[in-house]
Amino acid sequence: MTATALERAERRKAWAFALPALLWTGFFFLVPFAYMAAISLWTRQGREIVATWTLDNYIAFFEKAHLFKGLVVSLEITAIVTVISIVLAYPLAWIIAERVPKTWQRFALIMAILPFWTSYVVRSYSWLLVLSKGGVVNQALLWLGVIAEPLELSANRTGTVIGFVHFFVMLLTLTIYANLIQLSPNYRRAAADLGANAFQTFWHVVLPLTLPGVMVGAFLTFVLCIGDYITPQILGGNNELVLPQVIMLQLGRRADFPMAAAMSLVLMAIVTLAYIACARWLKMERT
Amino acid sequence: MMNKTVSGGLRRRTLLATATAIALSPVAAQAQDELNALVWCDHTDPALVEPFEKANNVKVNLKEYEGTGAAISIIEQSRPGDWDVLVIDAVDVPRAIDMDILGEMPADKLPLNDLFPEVRMDATTTKDGKVYAVTEKFGYNTISYDKTKVDPADMDDLSVIWSEKYKGRIALYDYYLPMVGLTGVGIGKKTADLKQDDLPAIKEKLFEMKKVARQVSDVVASQTALATGEVDIVVGGGEWLTAGLSAEKPNLDWTIPKQGALRWAQSIGVFKDSEKQDLALKFVQYIVSPEGQARLATSSCYWAMPANAKAGAHLTDLQKAALRWDKQPEYLKNSQLYPVADSDMDAAMQDVWTEMLQQ
Repeated sequence: MTATALERAERRKAWAFALPALLWTGFFFLVPFAYMAAISLWTRQGREIVATWTLDNYIAFFEKAHLFKGLVVSLEITAIVTVISIVLAYPLAWIIAERVPKTWQRFALIMAILPFWTSYVVRSYSWLLVLSKGGVVNQALLWLGVIAEPLELSANRTGTVIGFVHFFVMLLTLTIYANLIQLSPNYRRAAADLGANAFQTFWHVVLPLTLPGVMVGAFLTFVLCIGDYITPQILGGNNELVLPQVIMLQLGRRADFPMAAAMSLVLMAIVTLAYIACARWLKMERT
Repeated sequence: MMNKTVSGGLRRRTLLATATAIALSPVAAQAQDELNALVWCDHTDPALVEPFEKANNVKVNLKEYEGTGAAISIIEQSRPGDWDVLVIDAVDVPRAIDMDILGEMPADKLPLNDLFPEVRMDATTTKDGKVYAVTEKFGYNTISYDKTKVDPADMDDLSVIWSEKYKGRIALYDYYLPMVGLTGVGIGKKTADLKQDDLPAIKEKLFEMKKVARQVSDVVASQTALATGEVDIVVGGGEWLTAGLSAEKPNLDWTIPKQGALRWAQSIGVFKDSEKQDLALKFVQYIVSPEGQARLATSSCYWAMPANAKAGAHLTDLQKAALRWDKQPEYLKNSQLYPVADSDMDAAMQDVWTEMLQQ
């Protein structure tokens, strides 16, 4: 067999192995995606869905302030949650990786991922019990005399952010921890040899080298946070709607599938942009 | 060993013969019948359905749904004959009749004359003199409150829902249709006459309501918030929100303010394509009978007034007090039906509601 024939056989084998994955992606992602993209160009006229080809739904989304505000609120909440989660998760991951004895690290990680074991609906309702006017936090603060009136910690953006942060701190802790334990101690030793103190070593050596872990965690946080509507629904008190909630209104109340599809594609475009930015940054880091 | 084998074989043959006899017997031929009903959650209470099942040796399969749109979606995805009984919002019965999914029911076999006259709703439940549905339960979208925390006298005036007096202590029921209607009633507009031109004034009031409200929430969240003291008033609530809790939470109450309230009603009918017309009709007859009505009115999912006035004989004094039985003549007079909107008006109302949510 010639080298070219061998190459061809290898290529065929590679395609054969890749085929199931390609079919899977085709049937369960590309086809539904194309269908959704087509529906987003249809319109709901009266109680009927009419297969027109128009950008009316996209125009309406950007023109109607109460719809577009959903996107703004989503981006604001996602940005706040991502920043707070990073600020809290980094020290936690560092403590687990650097200060907790090796034998206890596994236990510490299990503790960190424990919240993942419950459904986020249950978790959000639990937070409602903690944050409500008669909840644990307010009752404790009232009892201690720190406050005279219960704080408004739920049915607003504060409640939504707390619910999200609790979940995403755990996620970020895992990605940052994975990065920290891979870091060779030689980097720190070298920095120390060169006269750097602990803070300088962290700031100039450890932090830059663990930024990929932070970035991956931040991206996951961004994607999961911007697409969630359960937590804002339960903890936000419907006092402002995030984009997924507005999409759900189109589906549940108006049966306006074309508008919901258009808004979903806008959301998807934003996630794609975030992915491209993240991927480019990681690529730049490697080069 | 041989004995064991022979006796084992005998036992097997005896068992087989018995099983065959049972399978071929008339008793087996009369296998338990089944009825498929598409219902609201109040029909899923075993205390309501079991007496019918036992009396008729039938298994009632209940599929719960929320909102007529969801029901229509389920029906469209089903085959004709899959469903036997439909419970539907009374105002949507004409829609179901136009879709040709409901069958005619014999008026002389239904206690139509025993219904409260205001909730018979012949205009929606009948067409060309034929009865397609019968009202089974009704209630109000009005004000529920904690009488130990607010002045009950304040609740007699709808304007309290946009005043500053109870700022941060109010939950708004998250359903645009009754809330737009109720707000309209609050500023003196009849729900039957609501037009798009009325919406700016209603929107203004809704925005004011949002400013003083703590939350806008669904049934469960509103009820929880009121029961746990998160809020003291639920606008859009009514007996369906608080009456069921009357035993454990006697501090919760509801009323109809002087301006009036909105009245909702649910109806029950038989699917035109049901293959069990007689059994389905029997189920409807049971539900609208005084006994069935009392059970439906106090169903574990939510309480509300039975449409059949004779159900009172089967309710306790405490249950009647929680439902405000004695005040019904006054309440019925001072309440209006939900706005009946065409698709444009419906879309406009939803836009107004979403704008309010985003304030």
